[in-house]
Amino acid sequence: MNHNLIPLFVIIPLAGTFLISLLGKRVRRLPDTLSNLCTLLLLALSLWCIPAVKASGMIVYKVGGWVPPIGICMVIDGLTCFMLVIVNVISFLVTLYAIRYMEAYTSKEHFHTLLLLMIAGMNGVVVSGDLFNLFVFVEIASVASYALVAFGTEHEELEASFKYMVMGSIAASLILIGIALLYAQTSTLNMADMARVLRAHSSPKVVLFVSILFLAGFGLKAAIVPFHWWLPDAHPAAPAPISAMLSGLLIKTLGVYALVRIVFNILDPTRILPVFLFLGALSMLVGVFLAIGQWDFKRLLAYHSISQVGYIILGIGLGTPLGILGGLFHLLNHSIFKSLLFLNSGAVVYTTGTRDLQELGGLREKMPVTSNTCLIASMSIAGIPPFNGFWSKLIIIIACIQAGHPVYALAAVVASIMTLASFMKVQKYGFFGALKERWKGIKEVPFTMALSMVILSLLCITTGLLVIPGVAEHFLKSAADVLVNGKEYATLVFESVK
Amino acid sequence: MIYSLCLILFGVGLYCVIAKRNIVKIIIGLAIMEYAVNLLFVLFGYRLNGSAPILDKIQETKNIVDPLPQALVLTAIVIGLATTALLVSVAIRIYEKYGTFDISKIKKLRG
Amino acid sequence: MMTNNQPGMTLIVKTITRLTVGVILLYGIYIVLHGHLTPGGGFAGGVIIALSFVHLMLAFGKEVALKRFSMAAASVFESLAGLMFLTVAVLGFLGGWFFLSIYGKGEPFALFSAHMVLLSNIAIGCKVGAGLFAVVLGMLILTKSEGKK
Repeated sequence: MNHNLIPLFVIIPLAGTFLISLLGKRVRRLPDTLSNLCTLLLLALSLWCIPAVKASGMIVYKVGGWVPPIGICMVIDGLTCFMLVIVNVISFLVTLYAIRYMEAYTSKEHFHTLLLLMIAGMNGVVVSGDLFNLFVFVEIASVASYALVAFGTEHEELEASFKYMVMGSIAASLILIGIALLYAQTSTLNMADMARVLRAHSSPKVVLFVSILFLAGFGLKAAIVPFHWWLPDAHPAAPAPISAMLSGLLIKTLGVYALVRIVFNILDPTRILPVFLFLGALSMLVGVFLAIGQWDFKRLLAYHSISQVGYIILGIGLGTPLGILGGLFHLLNHSIFKSLLFLNSGAVVYTTGTRDLQELGGLREKMPVTSNTCLIASMSIAGIPPFNGFWSKLIIIIACIQAGHPVYALAAVVASIMTLASFMKVQKYGFFGALKERWKGIKEVPFTMALSMVILSLLCITTGLLVIPGVAEHFLKSAADVLVNGKEYATLVFESVK
Repeated sequence: MIYSLCLILFGVGLYCVIAKRNIVKIIIGLAIMEYAVNLLFVLFGYRLNGSAPILDKIQETKNIVDPLPQALVLTAIVIGLATTALLVSVAIRIYEKYGTFDISKIKKLRG
Repeated sequence: MMTNNQPGMTLIVKTITRLTVGVILLYGIYIVLHGHLTPGGGFAGGVIIALSFVHLMLAFGKEVALKRFSMAAASVFESLAGLMFLTVAVLGFLGGWFFLSIYGKGEPFALFSAHMVLLSNIAIGCKVGAGLFAVVLGMLILTKSEGKK
């Protein structure tokens, strides 16, 4: 149980990136096997973290032996451990899926290079304990995702990637201005030290301005309304495994996790939380109303991503322990079922070649694995018991009513009903119904793709169990406690360092 | 003050990104925004009557400007370089596919 | 650049380039090596090294530059430099901490005393140089028949 293993979260994918980039063309099948090996190792490491954090509270690693606040530190606490497990589980399953899916594209070695670079960036974001280090890893993951969205170099992909890149760069500039202002106030970059200095003396106006800058910057990366314009173009245009990673992981680690870590642990959240509530409710409703009229499968799923991130922000914006628990639980659930839905749409594209719901129909007879997993995922996202979506939405609605915001609870219920309606449309037009003539000859997807989809649907069913009080303590509650007791972060870090 | 001039430069870059129709002008607008942010960051490190933060055997250095923002801005410049290189490559590919740099004609994605 | 029947630019530019391109490369290497004493370091020095090759390409046309430093060589060089940086960082594990400087802290103002910092600077200089040159080459050379890079 050596805490020297913490930098491995960043070293392993980076080493994999450089090795694939060097040897990818010479050795056959090297990119696939190496990236799967790397994600498997990362998954094992992140599962090791859960008992380690439970045993010793918070693990702080001093890079290079330099003591913070002079040095950079890597921090693993409850929230980090939670995000690490989510990121590595989904990365492993998506890399498994991508072995067969990327046969249709040329230059597989470049795909795996960029994919491992993006995974390295996301792992670095959640592990970092230093604000500028966080920014650099956010940018690494973002630039890798810009290149991955444009991977097929068709018309739509290039245009979508350009829009995504421009908005992502504006977001990066806004975040950097925020970091510059915080540095000018506190003259340090270590997150715990900054929190300590800001508690001692700070001017509330600067803190509010910086919170708004961070909300705009990270909100752009998380696709919160009104910053969501890039998402309906970028997520459908990417290849299906990348859409699953973008929608399931990237908008949540780069957007929601970074925003929540900074606002709750460093700055003071009380004045900015009503804005979270309003924007969360707005995202829910706008996303779901725009999604109903869509006939393109992946574009519909992308609009639903906006809506579900609205749920997460609504839950976290309540500020009560139950609300934060509901928000984080919904983050976990959404990663699982949204990745599963995107992988399903990828399977449909792999066999039939089209994403238009009006041309599909009756795929249930020919592709049983895909349609059953899609049914499970649709029931999860719509909030039907006993799947995991139901529990997290219930917790958020109850927390809204308890905190005294019945209007937001009503909005959440309305959004949930409309989500159910649009997914019933997907099921009816896509999977049930009569089989069209064109699709008589299609077969089920290959084994590895089907395996990852089946594992994700099993996770959909079993993560509902995390709400049981005996199990929830280790995993969910320790994550929510980090945010609820946000002010303790600095003291805990400095105690663990000595 | 000096800092508000940096923010005005940021606003100029933002105007370029929003209001111009040529892709190359949008890329230049993004570059101007990044310059403005880097300049703001370096200016936050200035100390009155400070000298350059380089240690030298010969002279005594008591009052130096803050060297930490300079190191951070170096990293931020490299990140901006990578993003600009990617933007320009995608713009070249867009020109090959669509035949024009005008973004009002590059609108195949709707809804 | 290809308006006259010969690749590259006019005779004046070619003559001056022959004189200066070596000096630019040496200046870039100087900035990389003195990264711990004077401003600069890996990034800035790497950009100058890349610029010397781009200068060669602009003045003489791309065939001459490709003969000196082809696309495959740039790609291999870049990955190797990245791996070297990671190895230097992982070697710190021997001393107990990731990224630790295992030779100790060195004396100030001397050129070859900051062992780990020097190796990191060289690795980053190579990587940035090769990478930037490959990016500029990629924009000029890869046409739509190749895959995405």
